[in-house]
Amino acid sequence: MRPLVLTATTIVSAIGRGSTATLGTLRSRRSGLVPCDFADVRNGYIGRVPEVETHALPPALALFNCRNNRLADLALRTDGFADAVAAARDRYGPGRIAVILGTSTSGVLSAEEAYRSRDTMTGLLPPSFDYTHTHDMFSLAHFVRSALELCGPAMVISTACASSAQTFIDACHLIESGECDAAVVGGADSLCGMTLRGFASLDLISPVPCRPCDADRAGISIGEAAGFALLEQTGDGIALLGCGASCDGYHMSAPHPQASGAIAAMKAALTSSGLEVVDIDYINLHGTGTLANDAMEDRAVEAVLGNATACSSTKGWTGHTLGASGILEIVIGELCIRQGILPGCLNVTKLDPSFRSRVILHNEERPVHTVMSNAFGFGGINCSLVFGQVR
Amino acid sequence: MIDGFINAVSVCGPGLEGWRHSRPILAGQQQYAWRETLPTAPSILPPNERRRVGAAVRLALTIAQQAHDMADLAPGSIGSVFATSNGDGAVMHAMLETLAAGEPVSPTRFHNSVHNAAAGYWSIATGSQQSASCLAGHDATPAAALLKVLATVRATQQPQLLCVYEAPMPPPLDAKRPTVDAFGVGLVLAPKVSETALARLCVTYRPGLAAERDALNLTALQVLARGNPAARLLPLLEALARNVSVTFSLALLESSLQVRVQPWSAVSESLN
Repeated sequence: MRPLVLTATTIVSAIGRGSTATLGTLRSRRSGLVPCDFADVRNGYIGRVPEVETHALPPALALFNCRNNRLADLALRTDGFADAVAAARDRYGPGRIAVILGTSTSGVLSAEEAYRSRDTMTGLLPPSFDYTHTHDMFSLAHFVRSALELCGPAMVISTACASSAQTFIDACHLIESGECDAAVVGGADSLCGMTLRGFASLDLISPVPCRPCDADRAGISIGEAAGFALLEQTGDGIALLGCGASCDGYHMSAPHPQASGAIAAMKAALTSSGLEVVDIDYINLHGTGTLANDAMEDRAVEAVLGNATACSSTKGWTGHTLGASGILEIVIGELCIRQGILPGCLNVTKLDPSFRSRVILHNEERPVHTVMSNAFGFGGINCSLVFGQVR
Repeated sequence: MIDGFINAVSVCGPGLEGWRHSRPILAGQQQYAWRETLPTAPSILPPNERRRVGAAVRLALTIAQQAHDMADLAPGSIGSVFATSNGDGAVMHAMLETLAAGEPVSPTRFHNSVHNAAAGYWSIATGSQQSASCLAGHDATPAAALLKVLATVRATQQPQLLCVYEAPMPPPLDAKRPTVDAFGVGLVLAPKVSETALARLCVTYRPGLAAERDALNLTALQVLARGNPAARLLPLLEALARNVSVTFSLALLESSLQVRVQPWSAVSESLN
């Protein structure tokens, strides 16, 4: 594929606002996970962004006020991202920049609150609940497009935990079609009862901070994050070099035990990048910390890249930020390349002895040219992307 | 402008039960009569999964299966794009009630609450490992869906299945998001013309230009077309049924997508 350059990026998660804070936390190996005290949920750990609770949206966009859009707004106003988009808007025109964003639950927390305030006589939701601008899936793209004063094509991709990773593929196709020149991609997912209690119902919440790849791993810790990238055909920055997507065709919430879907996505990403296995310096794993996911992914990595390539999951720092995990880990991958750092898995005391891939447990400082980033989701959706310096 | 070729079409809506049944109605040759249409679970789903899926997913899988059948494709042999604004409102409502009451969440209901549930069940039913994407665009869903699927067909040079579907929300969400009836359209789109092509489809994104209020030939369907985002594709279905070229527009917020449908037979006739 023709590479697309990430000319600007931004990220906000439990380990910091912006690239400098994020890099500092990765270097110091401090986890952002804390005991869950969100709403009425008290089990496991979460990766919370406390600033989102006090951050206010611009008055003109107050209709969009919900936790998810406030988190998105924090990210827009970090690392000069909104300014970079404004400059691109001047270059291309506001109608030539698409907004393609991923989220799995959008502003559902607002609907959860509204359902607790239903009219006791009629059962109706309170008049203050604005479904269209908060809970509706499209709310995120509508909000970001409004905040950035763009009028290009817009859509939300919602493929569970692969959502924001997949937006890169859709942006590639749309830019290639000529209907836009650039795209704002990425997405946001924020803490809510739906996912905290939903994953608990599946017995997938770890009682301790999640420890991907550990022999005694016991599930995920849910986090929240928002991040964006401005994709252009030319410019300075790390580039998207290859992408691959597939389905498992197996189960709604359990990964394919033979990893065939993940293998197909990773192979497709490698093929479309035109790179060889030896060219990949690091794989940022989906690495959720569940028994099934990490075992499946280890199998996939070994099948596609063998056991020489360093790989790790950064979810021990941030928690699993669900639909936002793709963009979060892509921006972390970008930091790895820019700063020459590989973050070894956090919280691991004993690496799963059955694993065959080269999982790293300590940070390594060395030149990194190319990174593969994986994201897998419910419904058996797999997405693998390759980033690196344009050669 | 992006173009592609429509190789197959399917439809499911009130009084519109499959393309073969709907075509003479949409062509104005047969009387339209509103009748509630509730798609049964498609035969393609394993019995275990059939019990687990709600009305919205049944609607999506029905149009997916019918479009595949018409294109004479093995189910799941091509990539897919599922587009819906509401998703499965019944599952969402049940989850929200459970959460508000502090009752235990059903794990099956939780995994069914993902927006890509239909794509997941489709890939399970067909054993397909082809890529799937699931998008949402509120009232702009059909515009976003046509743009996305044609861009993917062009970029990959591979055919794609598109399913645009919308089922009404149950109370009390329906008061916040009114949706008229349940309606879905399936299309199989290809990058190159073939003997089986029904029509050429061209779309052009028009920034800052609002959609026109296009009229349908079949005025009885006007309420549906205005009240269900997926039914905004009815002009496309009318063009195919009537074998005439039609240009219409789909809203994307303040902007719009211009859509041109050129049925193959109409194009060939004009050449002769």
